[in-house]
Amino acid sequence: MTETIRATVNGTPFEGEVPAQELLLDFLRDRLGLTGAKQSCEVQVCGVCTVLVDGDPVSSCCYLAADIDGREVETIEGLAGSDFHRRAADAFMRHAAVQCGFCTSGMLLTAKALAARGLRGDRDEIAAAMSGNLCRCTGYVSILDSLAEILSETA
Amino acid sequence: MNAVGPSAVGPSAVGQSVARADGPLKLSGQAEFTGDLRVPGMLYGAILHSPVAHARIGSVDATAAEKADGVVAVLTAGDLSDLDPYYGHALRDRPVVALGKVRFAGEPVAVVAAESQAAADAAVARIDIEYDELPVAAGLDAALSPGAPLVHEKRARPGSAHGLGDLPDADGNICYSYSFRRGDLGRAFDDAAVVVEGEYTFPAVYQYAMETHTTIAHWQGGELTLWSSCQHPFLVRQEIAVLFGLPLDQVRIIVPFLGGGFGSKSYTKMEPLTAAIARKAGRPVRILNAVHESMITTRRHNMTARMRTAAAADGTLLGRVAEAWLDTGAYADNGPRVTATAGDAAPGPYRWQAVQVAAHCVYTNTGPAGSYRAFGATHLQWIGESQVDEVARRLGLDRLEIRRKNLLRPGEEVRPGGKPLDADLIGDVEKAAAAIGWPEPPAPARPAKLRGKGVSVGLLAAGAHPVSMATVRMGPDGSVTVLVGTTELGQGARTVMAQIAAGVLQADVARVVVRGTDTRYTPYDRSTGASRSTTVAGLAVQRAAQDVLNSLLETAAARLEAPPQLLTPVAGGIQDASGRTMTHAELVRARFGFDGGELLGHGRVQPEGGSGSYAEGPVFWEVCVAGAEVEVDTETGVITVLRTSTVADVGQAINPQLVARQDEGATLQGLGNALFEEMVFAPDGALLNDTLLSYRIPAFRDIPATMRCSIVENGDGPGPFGAKGCGEGALAAVPAAIVNALADAGVPMNTLPLTPERVWRRMRELKIS
Repeated sequence: MTETIRATVNGTPFEGEVPAQELLLDFLRDRLGLTGAKQSCEVQVCGVCTVLVDGDPVSSCCYLAADIDGREVETIEGLAGSDFHRRAADAFMRHAAVQCGFCTSGMLLTAKALAARGLRGDRDEIAAAMSGNLCRCTGYVSILDSLAEILSETA
Repeated sequence: MNAVGPSAVGPSAVGQSVARADGPLKLSGQAEFTGDLRVPGMLYGAILHSPVAHARIGSVDATAAEKADGVVAVLTAGDLSDLDPYYGHALRDRPVVALGKVRFAGEPVAVVAAESQAAADAAVARIDIEYDELPVAAGLDAALSPGAPLVHEKRARPGSAHGLGDLPDADGNICYSYSFRRGDLGRAFDDAAVVVEGEYTFPAVYQYAMETHTTIAHWQGGELTLWSSCQHPFLVRQEIAVLFGLPLDQVRIIVPFLGGGFGSKSYTKMEPLTAAIARKAGRPVRILNAVHESMITTRRHNMTARMRTAAAADGTLLGRVAEAWLDTGAYADNGPRVTATAGDAAPGPYRWQAVQVAAHCVYTNTGPAGSYRAFGATHLQWIGESQVDEVARRLGLDRLEIRRKNLLRPGEEVRPGGKPLDADLIGDVEKAAAAIGWPEPPAPARPAKLRGKGVSVGLLAAGAHPVSMATVRMGPDGSVTVLVGTTELGQGARTVMAQIAAGVLQADVARVVVRGTDTRYTPYDRSTGASRSTTVAGLAVQRAAQDVLNSLLETAAARLEAPPQLLTPVAGGIQDASGRTMTHAELVRARFGFDGGELLGHGRVQPEGGSGSYAEGPVFWEVCVAGAEVEVDTETGVITVLRTSTVADVGQAINPQLVARQDEGATLQGLGNALFEEMVFAPDGALLNDTLLSYRIPAFRDIPATMRCSIVENGDGPGPFGAKGCGEGALAAVPAAIVNALADAGVPMNTLPLTPERVWRRMRELKIS
């Protein structure tokens, strides 16, 4: 069974059939070739598959592609090049907050949603808000330092 | 690339926190991991896992699966009859798929290749296997009890890279033992004023590299190409070549970026199975593990141990006896090496009159265990260090003072015939202690809370086998490419290798490129593990860059008509005594004419005297030093780690920021290992917590309020510019410091992880409330 959807992915319209049970993650990676979102835990814990749907971070491993009908999807490929991404990337580079990089795109997309919601630089609040994004490499401190800086600058 | 972050050129590239070369790719989602690749014609693989932990395999019927929609091939053991289908670098004990019997729940029994992942997954359910169940030995007690079921009936042959010397016959389920005895043990214990002893338990732990094991196999004209998330491509190549009867140069391994490793991607994992199904399908096949599959692909050994420590009344440590049993699961993987390293860690870095150590590697009917960051040391350090603390407590001595009194000093023997101590442990532990405010007692705890502080010191044999090669190429535009087989798994190896080459050549580090390994073109490197990359592969890069520099100097001498000894490398070029400079590009062009040619430099690291065996090593001793302050809630047993300190004793930090990041990451993994990470196997061998919902790793909320990393640079490493490796020691040291801090708070524990329930029960035993 398929469903017809009309959506926007990184500003580009998509209109077509998707299998009703297809996951958003597989749709993005396999159909659109947007491999910046990764697959890991598959149970909505680790956050490496995070993308924004109408600005909200979702775990695309547990979200049906059909459910983006009428919505806007933003992935790391769309975020890259934006002013927010430039500032975030600058902070992550200065703090060496990237190691293997598998979690990085999910971290940045969640951070963008937090900025849009008006979260500022309080570290405890940021740490709580980022609980859906895991990283096994960094020990988090450098990411937290980067996020505190980016979010405090976001007026 | 934008000018971002700290950067440096020329000689200052070494010792500077140069921004990561792979950062922009990873920040924009463009970095390619194995699972991001699509090989034309590629099929998707799915594995049929055994539902039972120990059984004879009866009939196998794959006909329904073979006929299913989209299925191209189904591999079962019957397809391997033309091969000697066993692999394993330590013991050649593992068949490509289960052969005759299954030995753990989840063992691959068959593999489907289909046009889509969904088709492959659906077809796996249509394979019919009969299992004739056998008694199960899940866990150490079951496997070591008299009359225990044997996981392997026959002794496996040694693998090609075991490095363990002569292997004795198997003893029941014990597949390998490592032991040593030095000094007069009877006297050491007879002379003791205090003897501390205990039994200890360490859990099975999942490394959780966020990128699960992923491999693509593609056969073309009898040659095999593998794209794989592997840390040791050259060792994998060796095993695959033997398995499929191919010359080494007809096995090509390409390593994209790795999404973490931590040892879980060391040695051979999914490559044999993927190559076998691709061989049958006649098309490229990808196997991408789910987390529950990676958890039974490899894990950290759970362990039980007994230890006794004797000390004189003045705090002099006299003797130690230790015996440990490490559960390696159904196949040895790197278990024998883990076991030997655990044995070496048992004495701790102290001056003993006598020690006796035995460590055993035990087969059980559970998922195989292999390498995980700081293996062996993590297993034993918390035990030995908790006994040192207990000795100090009983004798009324300061816990830092007893270490000053007994720690080995630089140049002292660590183990007979091996490398003497090459680090200042006393200075290191003093730094770790000072960073948590030693000797000040912990701040007064709030109601219903207790606080304590602890430190720990240990050593980890690092460097593995010292064989690495590198090639440095300089083109006629002055650009530099480094070919080196170290795997970038997040630690920053490509950045550091570029800094080393730039440092030698005085090139702009931004003009030095390091790419991933392709065994067809990249020179041999033994492995990426044991904190060896900067030290061993880095030394090969330094030598290769020096070789290029020598060519530049040669050309400059001819062109500038100057004696070579009066030429000086300067940023991006060579200068003579009068200040005339030729740039790298000018020198390469001058040498070859027109715009062609390139300078090639080769660097080689190999054992210098001896055979390079583990017994003669290690390449260097990695220090495992940490401090911790904890708070425990007496009503709930919940532990909060308030602050940690670690010491990265690295000789010379090539990139200090990356050194600190290694320690921070290892600290959080150590915190997880100490406080809550534990794989739970049922008595029937089933893994009960096989998802991230039930197996928790540290998250943002678990960060200690203060994490301090002190970098020590004494220039005493054998690597480039006096460097030695780092990144593992903190993982061994942090759990030990936490255990000691908890005991200081009044709650000594002999079982990890320190879950709230376990700690709460212990506090009730101790009548703490």
